[in-house]
Amino acid sequence: MIAAWPGAAGEELAVAFDKARSRRVLVLPAWFDEGNKLRHFTVEVMRRLDGAGVDSFLPDLPGCNESLAPLHEQTLDGWRSEAAEAASYFAATHVLTIRAAAAIAPVLPGWRYAPQAASSQLRSLLRARVLSAREAGREDDRQTLLAEGRERGLELAGYRLGPAMVAALADGELTQAGRQRDIAQGDIGGPGLWLRAEPDHDHHQADALAAILSMELLV
Amino acid sequence: MANARALFDGETSMSGQSDSDTVLRGVLQDVLGLSRERAAAFTSDTGLFGHLPELDSMAVAGLLTEIEDRLGIVIDDDEVDGEMLETYGALLAFVQAKRGG
Repeated sequence: MIAAWPGAAGEELAVAFDKARSRRVLVLPAWFDEGNKLRHFTVEVMRRLDGAGVDSFLPDLPGCNESLAPLHEQTLDGWRSEAAEAASYFAATHVLTIRAAAAIAPVLPGWRYAPQAASSQLRSLLRARVLSAREAGREDDRQTLLAEGRERGLELAGYRLGPAMVAALADGELTQAGRQRDIAQGDIGGPGLWLRAEPDHDHHQADALAAILSMELLV
Repeated sequence: MANARALFDGETSMSGQSDSDTVLRGVLQDVLGLSRERAAAFTSDTGLFGHLPELDSMAVAGLLTEIEDRLGIVIDDDEVDGEMLETYGALLAFVQAKRGG
C-alpha cells in the first residue's frame, strides 16, 4: 500500500492502491493544516475506489508528509511539475485534487473537490498567525507579514514557506477547471471536514465522493 | 428549506439573502462539529474564544475566513479582538454591523 516514486529531490512515498487496473486516479492532497484534517477522509475515499475497481495514488509532494525534502525550498511551480511527474510515474488516467491542490493539477481528466484559491488558503494561515501573535501579546498584521514573507519566507502554522512559495500562494487565484470537473461540498453533503477545529472523519462523505467518481469512471 | 440546506453544506451562492444569524450558527456548527440542535441553542451569552477549547487561533482563522466567504464580507485584522470573539452575541453583532455598513 506504500509505494515509492522518484521526485526531483529524491525518492518520495505514496499511498497506493495498485492492482494494475485500467482506471488509475492520482489524488493530490489538501495542503498544510487542511491536509492533516482531510488525510483520513482522503485515504477512505481511495479505499472505496479500490473496492469499486479503481486504482489510486496519493503521493507525498516534496516537503510534505513523509518527504525528506525541506518545505521552505519548495515552490508552487515545483509542486506542479512533481504532480505531473507522479501522474506519469503511476500512469494515472485521471486526477482528483483536494481543496487548494486544484492549483497544481496535471493535464488529466478528473475532479477538483471543494477547490479553493491558493490565495484564500494563505489568507487563513496568515490570519491564524496574527491571532496567535496577539494571544502572545504581539501585534502583527497580514500586510506586513506578507511583505516580509515575499522577501524572506514565513513560518505559518508550523509550516516554513520560502519566499517564492509565499509569493505564488498570495497571487494564486482559482483557475478555470480545464479538464477537471468541480465537486462542491454541497454535492457531498455535510460540513467540510477541513473546517473542523479537531480532525474528524465522516464515512458518509467518503462514500459520497467515491460514489461520484466511480460512477463517472465506470460508465 | 433548500436555502438553509445549501448554507449548512457550505454553499455560498445563496447566502446573500439569508440572515447573519443562520449563517453564523451554520459556520460554528461546521467548525465545532455540533449538531444542528446544539448550534441552535447558542444564546448571545454563549462563550466562544477562550471558552471552547477546540476554538484555537487556527480554528478561529478558519471560522473568520468561512464567514467572509459565506457572507461576502471582508474582516480586517484590526477589527478582530477578544471582545468580538468573546460571545456568540458579540460576534453576531459584529457581523450584522459589517453587513449593514
